[in-house]
Amino acid sequence: MIPYLALAAILFSIGLFGVMTRRNTIGILMSLELMFNAANINFVTFNKYVVSDGLVGQIFAIFIVVIAAAEAVVGLAIVLLIYRNWKGIDTDHFTVMKW
Amino acid sequence: MLEVDGGIVFWILSFVILVSGFMVVSLKNVFHCALALVLCLFTVAGLYILLDAEFLAAAQVLIYVGAVAILLIFAVMLTSKLADKRITQSNEQALVGFFICALFAVAAYLLIKFNTIWYPLAKSALPSDNILTIGKYLMTEFMLPFEVVSILLVAALIGAIALARTEKS
Amino acid sequence: MTDYSWLVKNIYITALLPLLAFVMIIFFLRWKEKLSAGFSISMILLSWLISVYTLIEVVAKQGAVYEAFYSFMSLRGFNLEIGVLVDPLTAIMLVVVTTIGACVQIYSVGYMHGDPRFSRFFAYLSLFLFSMLGLVIANNFFMIFIFWEMVGLTSYLLIGFWFEKDSAADACKKAFITTRIGDLGFLVGLFMLAFYAGTLNYGAVFDQVSAGMIPVGILTAIAIFIFMGAVGKSAQFPLHVWLPDAMEGPTPVSALIHAATMVAAGVYLVARTMALFVGSAEASMVVAIIGIITSFIAATIALTQNDIKRVLAYSTVSQLGYMIMALGLYGYDTNLGHHSPGFYAGTFHLMTHAFFKGLLFLAAGSVIHAIHTNNIQEMGGLWKKLKFTAPAFCIASLSISGIFPLAGFWSKDEIVASASHHPVFLILTLAIAFMTAFYMWRLCFLTFFGEPRDAEKYEHAHESPKSMTYPLIFLAGLSVVAGWVGIPNVAPWFASFVYHGAEAYHPHWSWLMLVSFVIASCGIYLAYLMYYKKSISADKVAEKFGLLYTFSYNKWYFDELYDLILLRPIMTFARWMWSFDARVIDGAVNGTGWLTIKWSDIKLWFDVWIVDGAVNGSGWLVEQCGQILRFLQTGSVQFYVLFVVTMTVLFAVFKFNYIDMGFESWLLVILLVITLAATVGRMVSTLRVKTDSGSDEKES
Repeated sequence: MIPYLALAAILFSIGLFGVMTRRNTIGILMSLELMFNAANINFVTFNKYVVSDGLVGQIFAIFIVVIAAAEAVVGLAIVLLIYRNWKGIDTDHFTVMKW
Repeated sequence: MLEVDGGIVFWILSFVILVSGFMVVSLKNVFHCALALVLCLFTVAGLYILLDAEFLAAAQVLIYVGAVAILLIFAVMLTSKLADKRITQSNEQALVGFFICALFAVAAYLLIKFNTIWYPLAKSALPSDNILTIGKYLMTEFMLPFEVVSILLVAALIGAIALARTEKS
Repeated sequence: MTDYSWLVKNIYITALLPLLAFVMIIFFLRWKEKLSAGFSISMILLSWLISVYTLIEVVAKQGAVYEAFYSFMSLRGFNLEIGVLVDPLTAIMLVVVTTIGACVQIYSVGYMHGDPRFSRFFAYLSLFLFSMLGLVIANNFFMIFIFWEMVGLTSYLLIGFWFEKDSAADACKKAFITTRIGDLGFLVGLFMLAFYAGTLNYGAVFDQVSAGMIPVGILTAIAIFIFMGAVGKSAQFPLHVWLPDAMEGPTPVSALIHAATMVAAGVYLVARTMALFVGSAEASMVVAIIGIITSFIAATIALTQNDIKRVLAYSTVSQLGYMIMALGLYGYDTNLGHHSPGFYAGTFHLMTHAFFKGLLFLAAGSVIHAIHTNNIQEMGGLWKKLKFTAPAFCIASLSISGIFPLAGFWSKDEIVASASHHPVFLILTLAIAFMTAFYMWRLCFLTFFGEPRDAEKYEHAHESPKSMTYPLIFLAGLSVVAGWVGIPNVAPWFASFVYHGAEAYHPHWSWLMLVSFVIASCGIYLAYLMYYKKSISADKVAEKFGLLYTFSYNKWYFDELYDLILLRPIMTFARWMWSFDARVIDGAVNGTGWLTIKWSDIKLWFDVWIVDGAVNGSGWLVEQCGQILRFLQTGSVQFYVLFVVTMTVLFAVFKFNYIDMGFESWLLVILLVITLAATVGRMVSTLRVKTDSGSDEKES
């Protein structure tokens, strides 16, 4: 079980790294998908090793997948909006909340 | 070598997942990143099969690989000039971010390995008719979340349209 | 008791009519002089009619007592009442007051003619009559005290009616303050009475006294305190000094208030509360002594005065002393179980004196009106000019002197009779009777007979208008006949009507009547010799008794004495108090103010520098921290993520359980150090870059 969890942790860290460092907004969304997947791996792992009976973890994962899809849809819509307004989707372009 | 369910298959899948995941966050070309993401998600689906979650694996392939990744690729093509090769796709906090994330990963690993008490593991195998059980659950015990998530999807749909549409009078 | 007619049961109407006149004049009729006077006079005439009717009915009912009251305040068993009491004394007083009041008001129409405050004069007179009638019909001490003070107030207003004159303004203050001393005693007496008797109703109090429920010592104190009120109001020694000065007021006022009614209120009070004095021989003797001293002193002063009104004023004081003495001796004798005519004598003389002294003042006012001076040395021979005034004055003088068969003779003889068992009192009384006859006729001869001493004034003298002479004639008639209700043996009606105690006193003829008549005649004859025939030189007599003359002429130096022993110490004390006030108290107040200001300055400094400093300083501190911390607000979401994750990791690292860890903990520590170094370096460089760009933005 622990290798699975460790894998999920590392994948989550990679996603985190992407969120922190990508210039491209779409890149950030991709990194977010990686993080969702890391979480899903955890759920499925727990479903197999910790929950003695039933498929609660998997169903939870399914909901996560659905929500991730919804997130991706809304996020990409926002990205398109940003692109329309700033003529670019690099995060450097919209640091308007700076001090 | 650590004993693990799935054995060598797990290691191969892990390797592919991590490498492709790292490519997602480090490649200069966004389109390549998207392709790496497709690969990554696909291998995660393999991992689900390894974990006796066949339905989830199928859903992963259908939704992520088939829908989300394609959507992302579309967005990339809508917003970026693919030919335009940027010097870097990472910003100036890449090094710090790398260390922080590495620290995070190590810390998480240490937490999992040494600082968490794991309760006795289930010995019984999961039911082989996975899909049937999930279907029953979704229609009985998880009825309310199922409906709520449906509303969420509709809301996301409408929201996305409302956000992305151009106002042409 | 219940068979009294409606009018008697509602006797308060007689008092309320003048009040109505006062209110109407003050608020509605003030601008119409004739209407004011007419309304006022008609009200008092109506009041007079009710009074006369009341007297007749009370006589018909043989002095039955009617009492009605309404308890308007109850304090744990102690009741304050408003009520009326009709008994013979009240009935007599009502008639006296309204008769004199009506005469004076009619007289005032002529006397006050042309005065700028004509209407107001009638308003004040009406208010006075209301107060006086209320005083008379009161059925308890509380009520009599209120009206007592109200007559004092109206007296003050009327003495100072011509307040433009300094002397009048001073006189009204003197009158008010001097009587106030007596009223203080009165009030103390009332408090004691309320405390010991538990009630202020006349009947209830007197019942307790006669039942002996109040200790004699306490009763003596109460009686003397209440008598103090009478001393002030009736101008008895030693508070008699205000009455002569009160002559500064208009003469009708002198006649009404300071001769006939208000000053008689003291006598009325003693008569009304006679039960208290009967219960205490000591108090009665004090009353009698005060009365005789007053009477004697006033008579001696009256001998030498040259102001016609002052002579009359001292005469009034003297006669009031007579009455007081008679009442005091009655109380004393009755206490010892003897029969005495004192009560009847005092009240009888109160009535007759009201008539002839009122007449004297009104006639004197007529004289003054005619010749425009008060000084009898500037008069003389006015008989020819004043065809009505002079005879009226002379009749009144005969009456007051005690000449048979005028009113004064009968009442004065009873007073002499009441002193018959006390030799010292008797001798002094007869001496006073002699002096009275002498000074009254000195006044008459100097004013109306002989040669005019001031020809110019004599030429301009003229008889007064009819509104002034008719009251004189009316009162002259009364001065003659008023005494005929008290002729011993023949018509002793008054004595059997007004009496104190269970049975009436029966007056009788005695040799004293002859003696007093002879003495009065001697006084008149002496005055005739000195001031008409001039066979005895007044100046030589004055020289012969130089010291006594000076003493009398300067009114026994009472004013100077009071000035020396009372006013100066008080003024000195007041000045000392003033300087104390100015230096110490004002100093303390100002010092407090100064201290407050200084303390405020300190607090201001503290406020500005410490409090404001703390507030502004904390603000400044926050601002400075914000100035530094705002550089964290880079606007880059990824930076925030970095920050959050860094903090999360640090937190997690601190929570680790290192004991179970092997080489991995070392890996963690190494990574941590590298990460922190890199993070700090990165942040510093970020801040520097951002600051530069930030300043650039500000400049642009």
